[in-house]
Amino acid sequence: MEYVIEMLNIRKEFPGIVANNNITLQVKKGEIHALLGENGAGKSTLMNVLFGLYQPEKGEIRAHGKPVNISNPNVANDLGIGMVHQHFMLIDTFTVTENIILGKETVNKGKIDLKRAEKEVKEISERYGLAVDPKAKVANISVGMQQRVEILKTLYRGAEILIFDEPTAVLTPQEITELISIFRTLIKEGKSIILITHKLKEIMEVCDRVTVIRKGEGIGTYNVSETNPNELANLMVGREVTFKTDKKEATPKETVLKITDLTVKDSRGIEVVNSLNLDVRAGEIVGIAGVDGNGQSELIEAITGLIKTNNGSITLNGKELSVLTPRKITESGIGHIPQDRHKHGLVLDFSIGQNMALQSYYKPPFSKNGFLNQKVIDKKASELIEEFDVRTPSMHTPARALSGGNQQKAIIGREVDRNPDLLIAAQPTRGLDVGAIEFIHKRLIEQRDKGKAVLLISFELEEILNVSDRIAVIFDGKIIAIVNPKETTEQELGLLMAGSKAKKVGGENNV
Amino acid sequence: MSNTVRKISIPIISVLLGIIVGTIIMLITGYNPIDAYNALWYGAFGEVYYTGEVIRQITPLILAGLAVAFAFRTGLFNIGVEGQLIVGWLAAVWVGVAFDLPKVIHLPLAVLAGAAAGALWAFVPGFLKAKFRVHEVIVSIMMNYIALHVSNYIIRNVITDKADRTENIPPSASLRSDFLAEMTDYSRLHWGILIALACVLIMWLILEKTVKGYELKAVGFNQHASKYAGMNVNRNIILSMVISGAFAGLAGVMEGLGTFEYVSNKGGFTGVGFDGIAVALLGANGPIGVLLAACLFGFLKVGALNMPLEAQVPNEMVDIIIALIVFFVASSYMIRLLLDRLSKNKRKKGEK
Repeated sequence: MEYVIEMLNIRKEFPGIVANNNITLQVKKGEIHALLGENGAGKSTLMNVLFGLYQPEKGEIRAHGKPVNISNPNVANDLGIGMVHQHFMLIDTFTVTENIILGKETVNKGKIDLKRAEKEVKEISERYGLAVDPKAKVANISVGMQQRVEILKTLYRGAEILIFDEPTAVLTPQEITELISIFRTLIKEGKSIILITHKLKEIMEVCDRVTVIRKGEGIGTYNVSETNPNELANLMVGREVTFKTDKKEATPKETVLKITDLTVKDSRGIEVVNSLNLDVRAGEIVGIAGVDGNGQSELIEAITGLIKTNNGSITLNGKELSVLTPRKITESGIGHIPQDRHKHGLVLDFSIGQNMALQSYYKPPFSKNGFLNQKVIDKKASELIEEFDVRTPSMHTPARALSGGNQQKAIIGREVDRNPDLLIAAQPTRGLDVGAIEFIHKRLIEQRDKGKAVLLISFELEEILNVSDRIAVIFDGKIIAIVNPKETTEQELGLLMAGSKAKKVGGENNV
Repeated sequence: MSNTVRKISIPIISVLLGIIVGTIIMLITGYNPIDAYNALWYGAFGEVYYTGEVIRQITPLILAGLAVAFAFRTGLFNIGVEGQLIVGWLAAVWVGVAFDLPKVIHLPLAVLAGAAAGALWAFVPGFLKAKFRVHEVIVSIMMNYIALHVSNYIIRNVITDKADRTENIPPSASLRSDFLAEMTDYSRLHWGILIALACVLIMWLILEKTVKGYELKAVGFNQHASKYAGMNVNRNIILSMVISGAFAGLAGVMEGLGTFEYVSNKGGFTGVGFDGIAVALLGANGPIGVLLAACLFGFLKVGALNMPLEAQVPNEMVDIIIALIVFFVASSYMIRLLLDRLSKNKRKKGEK
């Protein structure tokens, strides 16, 4: 069997860390080959080696059976390796065609021959079923379209092997279906695909074979038809993974958070949270289900004091929060795992240890008389790193250098460690792999079992259904139904989230 | 190559490249570079008087550099150091000539007045940034001109009666000392260097050891996360500018109470505040880096004065070299690329 590209026993080291060790990846012509691994397992490093951005310390790369030295991305291009990045590398103000030909322009007497380029782009896009408008500005097309432009860019450069880095992370379910059919066309046209992912469902659906790496080590390559999601998850994480979060029955007690008639207006004066009522009791997890943009973000920001409320009250253990500063609110007993960990959760240029102190640096014993007590801060950081399994070369590593999952674990460690009466978790598992998701869900349930109140906001219905004890459906700034997760289905929730009030199902309707 | 070595090697290589290119320019324009560098060295260290003058020159450069670096480390670009320096100079001399007090009170009062004036001058852009999100670069540039002309007005019309300069400050407000003067053959060296060195330590302490420094840096890096963590973002922006301005004001104090002992009408900017930007850049915005960069600049600037006399090389040549050094630091990406190549080649050779 001929392999189009082979990476044999690759080893790549960085100061203080072995990112890849003994990884072998062999891609056959015309197959979709998945590269599966947790966040930080070394997938991106391996692909950067293949793409010529890093040089491996050991190992060999072969193209069509012949050893090659990929010393820079141009060599990779010449070998027909193309990469579709997770974060698109497009210029917003350029048209689709201009973006595609960028760096490989057809020039006619010193002028770019746009007409010819447009024709070429059109030809390629028709051939591979990638419908795009060559004249549209990138800024004006959808994310799914932008991804097509990225794919066209690699095809325009004659790519035979296309690497997709987490391509579905940014797509809607419909766009994912379209992408999968694009995959099939590409294969039919003789291309090979490497799909970097940690979503098992996708692998089972489209891939032929899968290579698993774990903590930088190559685990092996498997035929997808001979394996199953459970086995893959175990291989990836290195232990048994449960998909169904098991938890005891909740024993809710007194009300911790009480929101009454809360109204929040945005900068345009629109009521994004509209007379919202919600209770969260000690010892329960309330999940807020809803389509993005129905007031979830504003609700959390109002509770935590990051934006002003216009009307209504928010009380925590009977204490009014809406008049307090964010710090006073935090000190009243709220932990907040923010939706956007890069924007709100971390100071990326600080070390991970400094970030662990972000909520407590000003209090004794972390500081005294205005001076930081570095020893105490470091000790706490190393405790949290250990307890929450944050994988980092050291506590002095900049937070920016950590993988998303480890950044998130650090935030959760920091917030849970303060033992707040109410823990707000907004999209706590976004972009994380199964191992990290399982870990985070366990921690949320642990808080609940300790008698704390947990408010979970997520766009993933599966997560809401698995973790919550009660589900509050938010639509247009209001809680329109409260349902019992045991008595509802994804379909029913989907209808409610779309604003259908047809019936209120199950559970206590104490809206 | 470790990160620290790399960090230090970029400014050092920039300085070397600056000198090399400067040499080439001298060769092309028909000057003798060896004579020029000899004269430069002699002009700085050849006589104890010159060395005193070098240290005197270094003093305000350290403080101006700290002012720029401090703001930069907390996410702000204080381009108004020049103006803050001018008002600091004015305020210190004003307090110096207006009062008759014992030295233990008079001198500290004059020094603090200068620092406070600089702080106040920097408060304005800080406040406007915090309150209305006006960019601090724009406001602080404007504040430079206001400082220059307001200071000239006050000197002519308030402190004196249409004179071009104030009287000399009395000894009770001066940083000069007979001891330092005698030791350095009557150079203008003054005790201000101790203030500057203390400020190096203070900047390091604030940024690395204090709760406030942690907040200031956090706000500089990520305002959203700082707000999330309960910090008062606006207050920290203002505070950062105020501290930076106080350093700048002290730089003016060095000129007013140390070097000149008076303040005069200015036809234009002193340039020290702008040199502070280059010092901070070369010093990678760290307190020790600023100290070293200020030393280099002070040495070059004072030594250069000897070049026309001894080597018939115009002292502007040193301005060219300084500009080249700044150019190479600013384009440090080039040097980093070079270092990467070199270390890669070395590794490959090592393998074979």
